Amino acid sequence: MEPSLFHFQTLSAIVFTIGMLGIFMNRRNIIGILMSIELILLAVNINFVAFSGHFGDLGGQVMTLFVLTVAAAEAAIGLAILVIYFRSRGTIAVDDARQMQG
Amino acid sequence: MLTAVFYVFASLLVLGALGVIAARNPVHAVLFLIFSFFNAAALFLLTGAEFLAMLLVIVYVGAVAVLFLFVVMMLDVDFAALKKGVSRNLPIGLAIGGLLLAELVAIYSIWPQLSVPQPSLSDPVSGSMTNTEALGHILYDKYLLAFQGSGLILLVAMIGAIVLTLRPKDGRVKRQNIADQVARRPSDAMEIIKVESGKGVDI
Repeated sequence: MEPSLFHFQTLSAIVFTIGMLGIFMNRRNIIGILMSIELILLAVNINFVAFSGHFGDLGGQVMTLFVLTVAAAEAAIGLAILVIYFRSRGTIAVDDARQMQG
Repeated sequence: MLTAVFYVFASLLVLGALGVIAARNPVHAVLFLIFSFFNAAALFLLTGAEFLAMLLVIVYVGAVAVLFLFVVMMLDVDFAALKKGVSRNLPIGLAIGGLLLAELVAIYSIWPQLSVPQPSLSDPVSGSMTNTEALGHILYDKYLLAFQGSGLILLVAMIGAIVLTLRPKDGRVKRQNIADQVARRPSDAMEIIKVESGKGVDI
């Protein structure tokens, strides 16, 4: 018996919720927030792929490909910002990130 | 049988995800993230998305997670101090997360009973091609513009990351000094040397 669409949707919902909970828990830690965002995007990808398999349509897989691309770009830029922020402040606590407010 | 396999990988994925947000040591968190991606790749295989499963392993485990690991190890951060506010934010996070999860599962469980019209498939799977071949056919044909756009996004991200982390003052960066260039004269830039045969020159 194959796992149904509901199985994948529930798994995706659980992973999404864990990612969101991670953002709440690691509010001061940018690396934790970035990893939580990766988890959320992974949950979205699971949903796309599950629907793609359920309907027999490749569009979902193409969309997952683009989500992967954007997630990789986002991780690279986010970590670059993190590195320069750490160089200038000596910490990565986001509470202190007020210097850019215009 | 496949459902049992699904439950194995799904529970490991959830455990890995919990490890990502709960680990005290950020290196452990990144390793849990890698573990989660491996399990997600196995689940992709289960739904027949073989190319995406391999892509997840190569791009995420091979590049993104290693990038995370690299940055975590490069920055000498006191992560214990960053963990202080966790217990304060946990109740509200659990409340909102529980609510969201309940809503999502509720809508998913009644979704089959809703009279959702059968969607018209934009790219139906044909049985004759492998997954990678079929994806290549529509990616380079129907989604060509979006594909090129995602390439541009990656280019911008690469240039942005380099420009952001470049340190201009450490002497390795070559910059144009226009005054120096304008002040250059042929006499101090060129020299004409008569080379005698069999002797060579000292430069």
